[in-house]
Amino acid sequence: MKTRLEQIREKAISQISGCDSAEKLNEIRVAILGKKGELTDLLKSMKDVAPEDRPKVGQMVNEARTEIERVLEEHKSRIERALREARMKAEVIDVTLPAGKAQIGHRHPNTIALEEVERIFVGMGYEVVEGSEVEKDYYNFEALNIPADHPAKDEQDTFYITCESGDILLRTQTSGVQVHEMEKGRLPIRMLAPGRVFRSDEVDATHSPCFHQIEGLVVDKHITFADLKGTLAEFAKELFGRETRVKFRPHHFPFTEPSAEMDVSCFKCGGKGCRFCKGSGWIEILGCGMVHPHVLEMSGIDPEEYTGFAFGIGLERIALLKYEIDDMRLLYENDIRFLRQF
Amino acid sequence: MNTALSWIKAYVPELSCTDQEYCDAMTLSGTKVEGYERKDKNLEKIVVGRIVSIEGHPDADKLIVCQVDIGTGTIQIVTGAHNVQVGDKVPVVLDGGKVAGGHDGGPLPEEGIRIKAGKLRGVPSEGMMCSIEELGSDRNMYPEAPEEGIYILERDGVDAFGNKGTCPEEGADAVELLGLHDTVFEYEITSNRVDCYSVLGVAREAAATFQKPFVPPAVRETGNEEDVRDYISVEVQDPDLCPRYCARVCKNIKIGPSPEWMRRRLAASGIRPINNLVDITNYVMEEYGQPMHAFDLDTIAGNKIIVRRAKDGDEFQTLDGQMRKLDKDVLMICDAEKEIGIAGIMGGENSKITEEVHTVLFEAATFNGPNIRKSAKRIGLRTDASGKFEKGLEPHNAEEAINRACQLIEELGCGEVVGGMVDVAAPLAEKKVLAFKPEKYNDLLGTNISRDEMLAIFRRLEIEVVVKEDSSTELVIPYHRQDLNCDADIAEEVVRFYGYDKVPATLPSGEATAGKLSYKLRIEQRARDIAEYCGFSQGMSYSFESPKVFDKLLMPGEDVLRRTVTISNPLGEDFSIMRTLPLNGMLVSLATNYNRRNKNVRLYELGNVYLPGEQPLKELPDERMQFTLGFYGEGDFFTMKGVLEAFFTAVGMGRKPVYDPQAGKVFLHPGRQALVKYEGTVVGYLGEVHPEVLDNYGIGTKAYVAVLDMPAVIPFTTFDRKYEGIAKYPAVSRDLSMVVPKNILVGEIEQMIAQRGGKLLESYQLFDVYEGVQIKPGYKSVAYSVTFRANDRTLEENDVNGAMKKILNGLEQMGIELRQ
Repeated sequence: MKTRLEQIREKAISQISGCDSAEKLNEIRVAILGKKGELTDLLKSMKDVAPEDRPKVGQMVNEARTEIERVLEEHKSRIERALREARMKAEVIDVTLPAGKAQIGHRHPNTIALEEVERIFVGMGYEVVEGSEVEKDYYNFEALNIPADHPAKDEQDTFYITCESGDILLRTQTSGVQVHEMEKGRLPIRMLAPGRVFRSDEVDATHSPCFHQIEGLVVDKHITFADLKGTLAEFAKELFGRETRVKFRPHHFPFTEPSAEMDVSCFKCGGKGCRFCKGSGWIEILGCGMVHPHVLEMSGIDPEEYTGFAFGIGLERIALLKYEIDDMRLLYENDIRFLRQF
Repeated sequence: MNTALSWIKAYVPELSCTDQEYCDAMTLSGTKVEGYERKDKNLEKIVVGRIVSIEGHPDADKLIVCQVDIGTGTIQIVTGAHNVQVGDKVPVVLDGGKVAGGHDGGPLPEEGIRIKAGKLRGVPSEGMMCSIEELGSDRNMYPEAPEEGIYILERDGVDAFGNKGTCPEEGADAVELLGLHDTVFEYEITSNRVDCYSVLGVAREAAATFQKPFVPPAVRETGNEEDVRDYISVEVQDPDLCPRYCARVCKNIKIGPSPEWMRRRLAASGIRPINNLVDITNYVMEEYGQPMHAFDLDTIAGNKIIVRRAKDGDEFQTLDGQMRKLDKDVLMICDAEKEIGIAGIMGGENSKITEEVHTVLFEAATFNGPNIRKSAKRIGLRTDASGKFEKGLEPHNAEEAINRACQLIEELGCGEVVGGMVDVAAPLAEKKVLAFKPEKYNDLLGTNISRDEMLAIFRRLEIEVVVKEDSSTELVIPYHRQDLNCDADIAEEVVRFYGYDKVPATLPSGEATAGKLSYKLRIEQRARDIAEYCGFSQGMSYSFESPKVFDKLLMPGEDVLRRTVTISNPLGEDFSIMRTLPLNGMLVSLATNYNRRNKNVRLYELGNVYLPGEQPLKELPDERMQFTLGFYGEGDFFTMKGVLEAFFTAVGMGRKPVYDPQAGKVFLHPGRQALVKYEGTVVGYLGEVHPEVLDNYGIGTKAYVAVLDMPAVIPFTTFDRKYEGIAKYPAVSRDLSMVVPKNILVGEIEQMIAQRGGKLLESYQLFDVYEGVQIKPGYKSVAYSVTFRANDRTLEENDVNGAMKKILNGLEQMGIELRQ
């Protein structure tokens, strides 16, 4: 009995190790461990064993069975592993083949630039608001210290709307939103107002009758010109890189006093002077100033108690500079080959 | 404004700096320099030479060979110019030197022209004698130059201006002699600084900037024993348009060339020298910023000047010979009988100065700036003078300028000045006085500038500082500073000269505010995100367009959208109306791409349309943000529908929108369009573009558009979300395969399923629509999978049977059969 058991065990193990497929392995399992398998048969002949030896023999059979099962299992996983390896070997791909096309659209460069600017000022506590594009003369001019006969009114080449009163126009600047915001009477104000503006300029590489500005306004107690400088310098560093330097030059706007224009060090050459900055090392970015006391007063804010600063940024200017677009007309043509580059 | 630095230095004699230093410092103190150009940029090694001898060229009839003394020796120069004589002093460029241009006066090369010794027809030539063109200028600016040939510095001991013995020795710098060691600066003067539209104004700023003394011309009293009132009287009938009119008379006028220094300064500023009289008026206009006019007194009837408005329909011939149409808002200068000039714009042909003039009437007036600006615009004649007047000149300046002109008449020997001045003026304003408030300036600026530093700045600006008896301090503003009216203005003066760069950079303190986008902008941002996820790129188009777009879009004449907000002064008809629907911009953009053979183009735009209320327009129009999508190429109607629904989901609009095929959009395919309704409200529409519209735009393929009216959409949107749990129990699905009369929309079937499905209905999904041979005519086959689920138990067959029965009944009522 013992010899027989040993023979079965050895035969099984040699058969298993010589086996190379899962199917054959299964056949071996059936032939040895199955209902009619050799080991099962051997167990059936237990009745011939003396009763006192039966437990011992039983144990021997079970041990043999366990061992065979273990070897079977080991060999099975070995075969499966080999099969998987073979399959993966056959599945090698050329990873340099072209990518599948993800159909994602692109934001307009104006919007990308605007969102950059908004992100910076929202982070500084500004609320982004809007004003209407068709506007009353009062908000576009008069409330901004540009009375009826002011030369600035002509400089801005205004489009007027046919109407009874003659005082409706397409806004030439977003500055009117300042007035609407101040008239609400909620102080302090930290406002950013992007939007479309219009001037009767013929279309060419640097002019468009329709373009965008971003207006900023801060009104609070103790706002200073130094605050204006600090805020806009921080903005410039965020937008163009930490190494950016700024320069404020005196300028004139009817609705701010003192007024300034801000230049940033050329982000192409770092200020050494190049074709991009026309050799000066500086690029003009925005106009700004302390809100004129008369403007505060007209909007119902006491200039003795409150001061403020305002600034206006040409969005297209930022977009053209940042993305090195050389013709403004591209922004309104909507050629997909242009838009896809952003 | 362009001015030569040499002219500025005439009033700031101690000014000494490089061109770049000047440019930077002036810009930082508020007089922005746009650019500058050195007149001697490409003039090198050019000296005074004297022609010692002239001989013919052995091999060329047109050339001559000159021996020229250049101080250090004599060189041989071959030239084709024939206007030189032995003994002439001429500018000579030496071997290795440079000239600015060619003798033909064509455009100047950027790098100039290098001159090298060489041979002309075999004869050595060691340099070149220069014409005025080769020196970078022309006869307009140097009228004393010969019409052709070499510029003669001196002939027979007399220079081009008739002066004897002024020309320096051979070898001297000829560029210096011609006044070309100079730099012309171009300034951008801001509209508030009227005083800086003049050489004196800029010089005053330069003196203050560099802290050097300002030395304006000393204008002394002029005039003989006579009284100007015996020559002329002045009546101003419209003082509102002419606050001041000054008149002086000069007699025994001798017209001739003006002196060299005056010519050079005018030429450098781009003003062509003409003759002494014209040059004096131009010179004073530049110097003081005050335009002057000179009349021939003998042409003035009745010895009287009347300043009054023209009459509507009048015509007048200006001194350029043109007839000009006038109206009652144009101010005229008249004599006792007739009009003789358009005030502040241009004089008349009938009173113009000729070479034969004997007696001149000078006018220096102050006119109403806006009136001049508008008149010039209406007449279509903008002159140097009107450009100055329209800024609103200060009346005191007129008197100084006219006296300066008379002084120059005397000094230049141009004539005899008659004593006195006729001065018709409204009472002139007193000097403005402002309290000195150093703390307030510092508070506004965020600086700590000392009182003394401020006072020093005021002194440089000619602002008088007066300490009163009560020891308060007042600032007396000079007349020329019309722009200084309040504390903020004074603060700007302080900081301009203290230095913008020295002001610290701080951040606003005070109450914190929450930074955010308005809700509308947040929804728009989400719209952009979704459009882009769906492959659409953002376009932008103009807000104004042509009224013809309505025809291109097949819109009937009475369509309400043809009522537009109209621009009264558009750039042209194509940009004359504010858009009332956003499709034209989209279709133009698609057409642009189609013409450029771009494939599969998907665009979106977020932009306003402008709907007028009542007409004529009384109030501001309704500006409505439109979310417009358009594409051609891959995809169809249902692709577009999917984009809209993705957007709705993204902005929290969880209900199912309803699509009404009766959209009534004439520009869309009549069988492929739908209004989009959400909870009963129309929020937009979509459809395939009508083939005729495609033709009108030149789009040769099917295109699809969708428009969402954002003001209608936004009330339904929300960013709030609530977790509803994830189903734990299995669902039961039933398939419904139906034969449906063609006219029934699947939308109607879905509505019925939703109504009758009961609480257990989870979803329904269309999985097949088919029309064809297997289906009887007039019917289509439609198949749905309907899913039921309970959130508290596993459903049994019986649970769904009830709901299914209701649905089946509904189908029957609609005339729908189940497929066998």
